[in-house]
Amino acid sequence: MSDSMTATAVLDKPAGEPVSQPVTGGGSKINDCTIHVATVNGSGSQSSNTVLMRSIFQMGVPVSGKNMFPSNIAGLPTWFTIRANKDGWIARKKEVDIMICMNAATAREDVMALQPGAVCIYDAPLNCKGMRDDVTFFEVPFAKLAGELSQDSRLRKLLTNMIYVGIVAERLGIERDEIVNAITKQFKGKQKAIDPNVAAIDKGMAYALENLPAQHRWRIERMNATAGKIIIDGNAAAAIGAMFGGVTVVTWYPITPSSSLCESLIDYMKEHRIGPDGKATFAIVQAEDELAAMGMVLGAGWAGARSLTSTSGPGISLMAEFAGLGYFAELPGVIWDIQRVGPSTGLPTRTAQGDILEVHYLSHGDTQHIALIPCSVSECFDFAGEALDLAEMFQTPIFVLSDLDLGMNNHMSDPFVYPTKPYRRGKVLSAEQLEELGGKWGRYLDVDGDGIPYRTLPGTDHLMASYFTRGSGHDTHARYSEKPSDYKATVDRLAKKFQTAKQFVPQPVIDRRPNATIGLIAYGTTDIALEESRYQLRNEHGVETSYLRLRALPFTDDVKAFVEDHERVYVVEQNRDGQMGDLLRLEVGDIQHKLRKILHYTGLPCDARSITDSLLQMEKDGTRVIKIGLGAEAVTQTIGED
Amino acid sequence: MAESVLKLPNEAAAPKENRLGLKALDYQGGKSTLCAGCGHDAVSNQIVRAFYEMNVKPEKVAKFSGIGCSSKTPAYFLGRAHGFNSVHGRMPAVATGAMLANQTLVSIGVSGDGDTASIGLGQFMHLVRRNIPMIYIIENNGVYGLTKGQFSATADEGSKLKTGVINDLPPMDLCALAVELGCGFVARGYAGDPKQMVNILKAAIAHDGLAVIDVISPCVTFNNHDGSTKGYAYSKEHDELLHQIGFVQSYEQIEIDYEPGTMREVTLHDGSRLLLKKLEEDYDPSNAVQALQRSHKAIDDGAMLTGLIYLRPEKKSFLTLLNMTDKPLWSLNEAETRPPKEALDQIMRELM
Repeated sequence: MSDSMTATAVLDKPAGEPVSQPVTGGGSKINDCTIHVATVNGSGSQSSNTVLMRSIFQMGVPVSGKNMFPSNIAGLPTWFTIRANKDGWIARKKEVDIMICMNAATAREDVMALQPGAVCIYDAPLNCKGMRDDVTFFEVPFAKLAGELSQDSRLRKLLTNMIYVGIVAERLGIERDEIVNAITKQFKGKQKAIDPNVAAIDKGMAYALENLPAQHRWRIERMNATAGKIIIDGNAAAAIGAMFGGVTVVTWYPITPSSSLCESLIDYMKEHRIGPDGKATFAIVQAEDELAAMGMVLGAGWAGARSLTSTSGPGISLMAEFAGLGYFAELPGVIWDIQRVGPSTGLPTRTAQGDILEVHYLSHGDTQHIALIPCSVSECFDFAGEALDLAEMFQTPIFVLSDLDLGMNNHMSDPFVYPTKPYRRGKVLSAEQLEELGGKWGRYLDVDGDGIPYRTLPGTDHLMASYFTRGSGHDTHARYSEKPSDYKATVDRLAKKFQTAKQFVPQPVIDRRPNATIGLIAYGTTDIALEESRYQLRNEHGVETSYLRLRALPFTDDVKAFVEDHERVYVVEQNRDGQMGDLLRLEVGDIQHKLRKILHYTGLPCDARSITDSLLQMEKDGTRVIKIGLGAEAVTQTIGED
Repeated sequence: MAESVLKLPNEAAAPKENRLGLKALDYQGGKSTLCAGCGHDAVSNQIVRAFYEMNVKPEKVAKFSGIGCSSKTPAYFLGRAHGFNSVHGRMPAVATGAMLANQTLVSIGVSGDGDTASIGLGQFMHLVRRNIPMIYIIENNGVYGLTKGQFSATADEGSKLKTGVINDLPPMDLCALAVELGCGFVARGYAGDPKQMVNILKAAIAHDGLAVIDVISPCVTFNNHDGSTKGYAYSKEHDELLHQIGFVQSYEQIEIDYEPGTMREVTLHDGSRLLLKKLEEDYDPSNAVQALQRSHKAIDDGAMLTGLIYLRPEKKSFLTLLNMTDKPLWSLNEAETRPPKEALDQIMRELM
């Protein structure tokens, strides 16, 4: 799609020259730091990183954990970033305050990326201390300490990870009891696993106390901002939502970053969805590819089941043909797209919001799909049930656009709310209803004027129940037709159905501030950084903004009204071309000159400071598009990925 | 040449109504728009007859197809059953999904050699591997009809198009492939032999599991000329029968006398009996290795091997392995599929 906006002034922001400055006081920073763990993938650091994150969470401090990992099983660099923030700003932050250097391959890069005043804990052989003089270095002989704990080389490797947790905990003031609680949870109460890990924590804490100089700059202190909260990833949240939303047929083909959605679902369903007869109230099938997964979902939807599949961009591409059939033949089904970086294989383990246009227009001909866009784990839960309802109500494929950051990373949330509304199964005629109608009905007749026809399910025991489903031209009674009038009537009715959907999809969340001339539009995980950016703009620069968060396609009428009501509207999203921005330009038509684009597409989750800097610069010099640069983010680029 | 069908004693004339009180007319579909003399129409007629004679309620049947001339045919039989003409080569996935949603459906799919052996080969193989309970018919004529006569992957080596183009590549034997993949029911019929065809179809309806039936079904427009190896004349001449087939319904009291060692009798899932009378050779359809050997020999001989190629009635279907509740999944309500609030509370507690 051509971009006339970029023709005005495209400005790639130069690296590492912030327009604004974060507020940094002297002395201690309490409950406000970012911990970056640099390891090698396959070293088993996931458990210890989770324990570190959870122990901060259990201290009552808002926290997030993001895994930046390569598309590889063992041997390549991987990073885990924990951000703790007393005000609840837990989007990714570019600046790293505490670095744990365990990977020789990236040690220099990791250290060079630190901001002055940071703390670096490093494995002794990496000898980082000479690399800079404006960083506090703590050298730790991890191999020696782990050797004192176990003779088993595999176990020593795992315990090494737990030792750094002990060291960080001791230096930051994280309570030992909370670490033990987190370990107990992590290892599901298995004492055999708990004991050596606790011993490793103690080993690390003792070493820090006895050998390392004190540091007071970064502190974690108990507060009460996480009581009653949960930590979960979006894929598991979606799985739970689908289970409570009554999904019965699930098909999938493994692909990062979506696999864990169906894998979680398998676990939850086995536990909660076995009927009193000992039999499953579901079928979950690993398909031979995404084409088959999509075909099964639509076949199941055709036969009346609440069905879903989960995939990522490459899988969506393969589902394109079936998506068109689903749209035209009017077949229900739910497709989760956990977006990753494309095109092609792209960066399979990095995040993006790059499938907006692909999904919206998926397939050939005049196709338009309904899509839901969750921004949080609780919306993953809610939208999972919502999507199953919408699929049956609208008899069409419903897409849910999540992404790797939401799907695979840890997010804090209030507990999910138990759904009490009955399922909405849509317009399905039973044998009894057919009898009442005297057998007179038409599969594609718009009886109610909303563009949504009635259907019957195969197996319905009535002489007049059957109809013939096809992707080729058909009339109101599902008979084969190539008549111009029949074709036009069909696709026009489908367009009407799409208009009807506006009333039923999740409405945008709008925060209008009095006197704000600047409007912001974002969706999905960009929200996490954007809310923090709004806080920065307001508190550091006195810039007030209104904000509209999109939650679905098609757009509702209040989207255009929001653009009308603001002088300049910044569309912030995580793809190169500003795909949603382009859809918005089509939507608002003659006032599209108000729209500007802030784009973040490095594969890493968007951060608040980059948005703040970009917006301030655009306000100052009238730039219409900023493609956020790299700067310090280069640290997390990996080499040798396939 | 021997008769392909076993003459049964006391065989009654076909009744005017079946055991459901339905007439053969109740199993008809829409008017065919295929070329006059197309083998596919002969197959459709035998499908009508088999479902009628097997007393299957048409409303309980779901018909599936991919894309192509053959895939149009579900519109031409069993008009009282729901039909689904899906996308090219992807019918197995659609049928699988539908069967997961409602395992009480009696499922029949019609595909062609282009739809199955080329674009849909992967899905076909996985359908066989999963053993989804359905009848899967390949109406095999060696050419793409709807796109006007290009060779398909089942065309015999050396066979000739009307335009004079010679096929240089070896044919895919879909029956041998199905045997290799462990299909529990593999047969080949010939559109020009309706009696054999209807017996094969009846046995397929009685079978619990996937039944793959390759039917040589000549294309009168694009592949029925001199030099064609899938036309009526060539097929009739090269039809090589594995045995004579007889089918006895579970409720029929028919006793057959035969000399020891001349007859194989197999009881099918619904209690009906399949009778296979020995011809020149003693063919054992439970022996996969013999089935493959015989199939390869037929290709070498330029013969069209028909009959029941392989049968393993006890193989478990995928739906059985899934251990689904007896009530079809589509019909489950909130009380059956939404776990109680305590379940969510427990999950939430574990995440705190």
